[in-house]
Amino acid sequence: MAVEIEALGGAAEAIKVEKKSIVHADTVFKSVIGFFALLVIILLVWLGLQLYASSRLAFSTIGIWAFIKGTTWDPVSGVFGALPFIYGTLVTSFLSLLIATPLGVGTAIFLAELSPKWLRRFLQPLVELLAGIPSVIYGLWGIFVLSPLMAMTVEPFLMDTFGFLPFFKGYPLGIGILTASIILAIMVVPFIISVSTEVLSTVPVSLKEGMYALGATRWETLKKISLPFAKSGIFGSVILALARALGETMAVTMVIGNTPQISKSLLDPGYSMAAVLANEFTEATTASYLSALIAIAFILLLITLTVNAVARWLIWRTTRTK
Amino acid sequence: MANDSNQVIKTVIAGSGFSYWRRKISNAIFTILFSSSIIIVLLPLLLIVGYLFYKGASSVNVNFFIHRPAPVGEAGGGMGNAIIGSLYVVGLASLIGIPVGLLGGIFLGEFPNNKLSTVARFVADVLNGTPSIVMGVFAYTVVVLPMKNFTALAGGFALGMMMIPTILRTTDEILQTVPNSIREASLALGVPYWRTVISVVLRSAKSGILTGILLAGARVLGETAPLLFTSFNNAFFSYSILQPISTLPVQIFNYAISPYKDWHRQAWAGALVLVVAILIVNVGMRTFSRQKFEQT
Repeated sequence: MAVEIEALGGAAEAIKVEKKSIVHADTVFKSVIGFFALLVIILLVWLGLQLYASSRLAFSTIGIWAFIKGTTWDPVSGVFGALPFIYGTLVTSFLSLLIATPLGVGTAIFLAELSPKWLRRFLQPLVELLAGIPSVIYGLWGIFVLSPLMAMTVEPFLMDTFGFLPFFKGYPLGIGILTASIILAIMVVPFIISVSTEVLSTVPVSLKEGMYALGATRWETLKKISLPFAKSGIFGSVILALARALGETMAVTMVIGNTPQISKSLLDPGYSMAAVLANEFTEATTASYLSALIAIAFILLLITLTVNAVARWLIWRTTRTK
Repeated sequence: MANDSNQVIKTVIAGSGFSYWRRKISNAIFTILFSSSIIIVLLPLLLIVGYLFYKGASSVNVNFFIHRPAPVGEAGGGMGNAIIGSLYVVGLASLIGIPVGLLGGIFLGEFPNNKLSTVARFVADVLNGTPSIVMGVFAYTVVVLPMKNFTALAGGFALGMMMIPTILRTTDEILQTVPNSIREASLALGVPYWRTVISVVLRSAKSGILTGILLAGARVLGETAPLLFTSFNNAFFSYSILQPISTLPVQIFNYAISPYKDWHRQAWAGALVLVVAILIVNVGMRTFSRQKFEQT
């Protein structure tokens, strides 16, 4: 009897000890995984600080505004103005969205509202595959397939038809702002489609059924119910695509023509922020040259961070009601 | 009866100033527009994959996989070193990306409404949209500059940074779908929490997490921009973490912008190999996870 009680007491002691160590182990576990979650935040801060620190030389010698507004980029004589790159990045991104938005939203409407389920299950992975193709392969295809096509057919046609506009003057080179924008449009359209489809799927069925019960056609239901409901989420998907387009590197580098100039004509070659980094980073021999390039990376980071944050906020606002 | 109600609708709508046929026609027009946009969107996919096979398939042979690039003007040569290099750099990236992404993701998935989780989730989404070339510049200033040399390590660092947000978010989302009853059952049996997460929660989410990791790997496998000035390039087979290393995407890029016909041919072949590898991982994982999903 006494032995049994002793044993029981021992067990109780053991449980106590174990309980203590359990609590301890759980705290350690939670701290460890919490640390790694924190690490992601630290990483972003580190990224920003590191790039800022490395570009300070350029900002302090040239001045932030002079650097952003400068139109001449001449590393040999040490003149660094980033405007041609900023201009090229912005113009190609906006043009690509002009092409990609109607196509992407149209496709999303088709997938979410019109297509039968089996067709959607077949088509949606294909759209995702489009997003999975590496940038360098779009570039390869752009150089050898799209750009000759542009030079032979599309650009001469545009010049003949719209040649009176300043946007379509120049020579049909096949490489330039317009070709880069088309490649970009193909690359960002999957982002618009996947997010918009998801947002459109969150529209309450009861609202749509109410509209149909009133005798509305599919287009009227879409126009009056689904699109207003999903509006800000769709807008978010477009902004998300904008962020992708702004930072896209390889495909743009390969077809934009890599000429640091600001031209009204979309047929002329240009340059973009990401492209100049890709092309000139290994050639940067002086400290000021390197710092100027890192400054471009820093500006690009700031722009994409802002655009991404806005997009995430818009999408979060619509889908959280789910 | 049906005709009657149609008639009613027609009158009601005519009364409100809409023509019945105009509504029908505009509905048809928009249906056609939306349906045709998917065709326009998928046309480039067809064209790109088609051209890859048309231009690249004839150059993919055994030599392509086992040889290193031949000097200009010499026939033959392959991308064997670049293929190995790509796997090597992605392997290095996984050493950084998987532990950080996985452990951080467990925290987000297990404590989804914690303030730290909310912020980390947002930051991960923002990091995911950061241009890959900026990650390359970051890796350059952090690894290449102090070491004064282009290294495989720097390439792995850049790609690893890019894997973190992807793995973190997929782990987060998968863990949130694990039913709480499983956790409670385990805790009720007296299993400590950390053991519950490792042996019960993670085990039931295993295939989803694995899918996330492989998709993240497939994504960075095709990245070129962050490698241009980190792992750089190498004409030889290299297995050193402290030496520059050749990778498939960078090799494709260098060959594509070169003036030589034979290099263009090889660029197409390399592109075909790269795309097929990425597609296999993507499609394979998708069907695998769908089967899993339908079983349960």
